Amino acid sequence: MNPVQFVLDVLSLGGAYALMALGLVIVYGILRLVNFAYGELIMVSGYTMFLVSGSGFPWLVMAGCGVVMAIAAGIATDYLAFRPVRAKSVTAVLITSFAFSTLLQNAALLFISPRPRAVPLPELFSRTVEFAGVITPVRNLITIAVAVVMLGIFSWLMRSTALGIAMRAAATNFRMARMMGIPANLIISAAFAISGLLAGTVAILWIGRIGTVVPGIGLEPLLIAFIATVIGGMRSLPGAVVGGFLLALIDTSLNYTLPQDLLKFRDAFTFSLVILILLWRPEGIVRGPASGQRT
Amino acid sequence: MLDIESLEVSYGAVRAVRGVSLGVRKGELVTLLGANGAGKSSTLMAIAGAVRATAGRVRLDGADVTGATPENMVRRGVAAVPETRDVFPDLTVAQNLQLGAFTRRRDQAGVIHDRETHFTHFPILAERQHLPAGNLSGGEQQMLVIARALMSRPSVLLLDEPSLGLAPIVVDQIFDMIGSLKDSGLTILLVEQNAAKALAVSDRAYVMRLGRIEAEGPASEIAAATELKSLYLGAEP
Repeated sequence: MNPVQFVLDVLSLGGAYALMALGLVIVYGILRLVNFAYGELIMVSGYTMFLVSGSGFPWLVMAGCGVVMAIAAGIATDYLAFRPVRAKSVTAVLITSFAFSTLLQNAALLFISPRPRAVPLPELFSRTVEFAGVITPVRNLITIAVAVVMLGIFSWLMRSTALGIAMRAAATNFRMARMMGIPANLIISAAFAISGLLAGTVAILWIGRIGTVVPGIGLEPLLIAFIATVIGGMRSLPGAVVGGFLLALIDTSLNYTLPQDLLKFRDAFTFSLVILILLWRPEGIVRGPASGQRT
Repeated sequence: MLDIESLEVSYGAVRAVRGVSLGVRKGELVTLLGANGAGKSSTLMAIAGAVRATAGRVRLDGADVTGATPENMVRRGVAAVPETRDVFPDLTVAQNLQLGAFTRRRDQAGVIHDRETHFTHFPILAERQHLPAGNLSGGEQQMLVIARALMSRPSVLLLDEPSLGLAPIVVDQIFDMIGSLKDSGLTILLVEQNAAKALAVSDRAYVMRLGRIEAEGPASEIAAATELKSLYLGAEP
């Protein structure tokens, strides 16, 4: 095992996981509800790229279309699945978010195809490069760079802008935030838009590994995001990032160490470790702010 | 300025507020007294839009604002400080104050000026402006939430039990502050269990019991009557 190779693998996988987890936890932090339609934002982004693939636009424009559609789908989730029932009951919101997820997946099945569809990828994504003595896909280095940039932007947004600070306040105490004059709908829509931005970005990196999109593509990222936020701490944004990288560390370590015939059971090993982590710290590794009731 | 008419608030089967009518004139400091569970906080939070009134009317300068959202009430000039004394613990003192001025984002110069004014009044907040608000003591947090509410430049301030759980010396400071806010012309509706202190700074008072208004009058009259009723007012006269 080459240590440089190992670190690069952990960082590139962890970067993608961290972005996925952040996209889920930004909404959870404010609404205390898991958006089960989160994976479909990734799917929407993938199919958008597939649909514009014949347009002849430069790849970056197509990727941009994918991200924009993921943001739009995120905001649509709020307007169609959450807002109409938000004030009524938690169960209702859970069910509408499942319904929205199923609806989007079935729309993809019906109007596009159950079979994989190719997504345009720049030639750069399939190249490899020699870096510090190891040969690694350029894609992995791009993933690391994009994750660093996105985490930097995200951190700046949450620390230094009025909207970001208002969102953090709303995540700690939604009612009190509203009593500051912070509009609830603005904050929630902004959270969904940021969630969509992160999902769209992840979609490009994630689909870049396989090159195709299928209707069920969102399930794995949703699961990863969910587990990463649970081990990192559901209430904390840094926790989501920590959880993402930790999960990537676990997955990569198992990939390197498990014998060939056990490798297909890797997820069972991963989840066992997750259980151990949760036995050790049931609230997750990073504890969120102390107060805060559901709204 | 603020007119409440037959206000009702229910939590499930519990009728916390049963037909409360009260009024606060411009520049007045009115206190709402009563024992625990009398419905004072519910009345205040219903006015602020933080809990839904099941019946009744809330009027602000003649305009019907019943059922307005809390954010809307702030924009209309009504700022509330709930008794839970909710600072945003992981944000700094300065960020907490900045959030108080969320509705005035376009007036940064004014916001900075107001923040400096509060810092002169509360040097301790200035000293700790870069610390997380969760690190402040109870009294400092109370000063912060009041200063934060003032950052929206309200015309009406709703204060819920500002003296709750504070050391006597800090309670005195808080009431001094409320007195000077009144002198500056702010209209205030105060909910308190510390009847003596509250009545000393108030113009008028209402006494609530089991969700209804039981007595009202000038603060001095209520103070005189309070001695007899101290039993269920739950405070030393």
